[in-house]
Amino acid sequence: MVSRATADGMSATAVAVARALQGRRRDVAGAVFRGVLLLGLLIALLVLATLLVDVFRTGFPVYRDRGIDFLTSNVSSLPERAGVRQGIVGSLTIVVFVVLLAIPLGIAGAVYMEEYARDTRLTRVINANIRNLAGVPAIVYGLLGIALFVQLKAMQPITGGRSVISGGLTIAILVLPIVVITSAEALRAVPLSIREAGFGVGATRWEVVRSHVLPYAAPGIFTGTVLTLARAFGETAPLILIGASTGFLQTSSGSLIERLQGPYTALPTIVYNFSTRNLRAFKASTAAAIMALLAILLLVNATAIVLRNRYERKW
Amino acid sequence: MAGISTEAGTRGAPLTVADLRPGAGRRRREWIVRRTLFGAAALSVVINLLIVLTLFDGTLDFLRRVDLRLLWTDGWFPRRGLFDVRTIVAGTLLVSVVAIVVAAPLGLGAAMYLSEYATRRSRRWLKPILEILAGIPSVVMGYFALTWISPNIMQRFFGAGAFSLGAAGIGVGILITPLVASVAEDAMFAVPGSLREASVGLGARKRHTTLRVVFPAAISGIVAALILGLSRAIGETLVVAIAAGATGGSLFTLDVTQPGQTMTAAMTALATGSDQVKGASEAFPSLFFVGTLLFFMTLALNVTSERFVRRVRRRY
Repeated sequence: MVSRATADGMSATAVAVARALQGRRRDVAGAVFRGVLLLGLLIALLVLATLLVDVFRTGFPVYRDRGIDFLTSNVSSLPERAGVRQGIVGSLTIVVFVVLLAIPLGIAGAVYMEEYARDTRLTRVINANIRNLAGVPAIVYGLLGIALFVQLKAMQPITGGRSVISGGLTIAILVLPIVVITSAEALRAVPLSIREAGFGVGATRWEVVRSHVLPYAAPGIFTGTVLTLARAFGETAPLILIGASTGFLQTSSGSLIERLQGPYTALPTIVYNFSTRNLRAFKASTAAAIMALLAILLLVNATAIVLRNRYERKW
Repeated sequence: MAGISTEAGTRGAPLTVADLRPGAGRRRREWIVRRTLFGAAALSVVINLLIVLTLFDGTLDFLRRVDLRLLWTDGWFPRRGLFDVRTIVAGTLLVSVVAIVVAAPLGLGAAMYLSEYATRRSRRWLKPILEILAGIPSVVMGYFALTWISPNIMQRFFGAGAFSLGAAGIGVGILITPLVASVAEDAMFAVPGSLREASVGLGARKRHTTLRVVFPAAISGIVAALILGLSRAIGETLVVAIAAGATGGSLFTLDVTQPGQTMTAAMTALATGSDQVKGASEAFPSLFFVGTLLFFMTLALNVTSERFVRRVRRRY
């Protein structure tokens, strides 16, 4: 866009005209206005900094005194012994469900909506459904999870009731619309000419999608997907409903299936648990658990940003 | 590509459309892939139906068991069988109003600065502030609302207790600020440069151009941003569950310095700890009743917001 050359809303001509009309007078009120607008961003930055510093100052002593022990210990009723191992394991297990279910299904749905669907009534209905799902509060997905994976008799042999399987499936459903929407955006950014070139040499639609559109859209899809994983990792509300144990759970041994069907907890659920049960005793542990959570999220997000910067291309 | 016959080309005869037509095997695979992808897309319709079905089923179950007069009493105490809807709806609205009061100036200010004032270089530094803030999980914001916002703002300036709807509201407000900012910025960014140039050409200052030309031109998108923020605030759970207190139940209150109960916090309280209830009583099905209310409130707001966004798109 020619008229957006300076990215601050005005073309070079407009800037020159404004300067000529205003002459050398200083626009004091304008500078104040600009400062007030900037304040919005500065307050956001301040809050962010306060939050991080506050959490770090409260939580750091736990790591100083106990080191890695906090990350490898089990949940306990004694703050000095409590750790978050089960939470990390539970959260990672949930992420595995998201990777295996939500991401392939979400990308497939996006490919259909962007590459195959014509503008029919059915397409519009599906589209409206996807956007509606993206706006449903997370906790409502918890109710769906209870009904579908915990209470439904037919599912109980598979999920084992209130288990990490139920939690993982619920979170996978929760992030599915987000995967569809972000992947669809990435697909839309691939120019039409790429597809036309493929059709021109006689490729079928799927051949065009698989060997041209998807590879070009891959960085965008990948970035969106990684951000979805971060969302899945931090999501708490549905897990509380699905009974991510807010109490203290035994470490069960046994086969993989048995462990997957047993009681579980997740890292954000532990944060909730610590901060609602007995905050005075658990304050340092809560902050330390938050540090672990934020560190993992930061790692995931940084990966996404690095990948985006490396592979993103402008058409 | 194995299926395409290249013989025509090598023999020197001109390649025709017939040569490019896929064979039966490729057409069949195409059909299967198409069906599979359609299935994945249609899954969202199934999920939506399941959500509605679940909610209706649970709600009917609840309404059949409960004495309907108890839906309009003095407070929300599910374990004592008191299900005053007003209490939790009022709590939710109070938190959401506080959240919007916090998020509207912050978010719109940030959006205006990013869209109208920031240069390309400063955007690269300013935008990530909002992106990182957007990535903070709500459970972390809940902890922050309880341990920092409550003592340093609500208790110091408003004489509130350790738990208050106000502290939760401020936390939710900070949480939705990035959303409000990003939707509003998109709307202002979509305003054509020609409008700004026309304004500047008439001698208007930057501030007037921003406030009287760009802002009105983007008003649909800005309204959409605020409605979307409100919808997110209503559905926000963890901040309220941690910082608003009153996990056991609450009397009807309109005072933000008091602890209170919102719809989402009521649901987590029903599902955890002291209020863990088994299927027999009517407290457990009340989860679905509250969930239905929540679902339709946010649905109405999301649909309205989308209307406004579409209006922007149509105009430019």
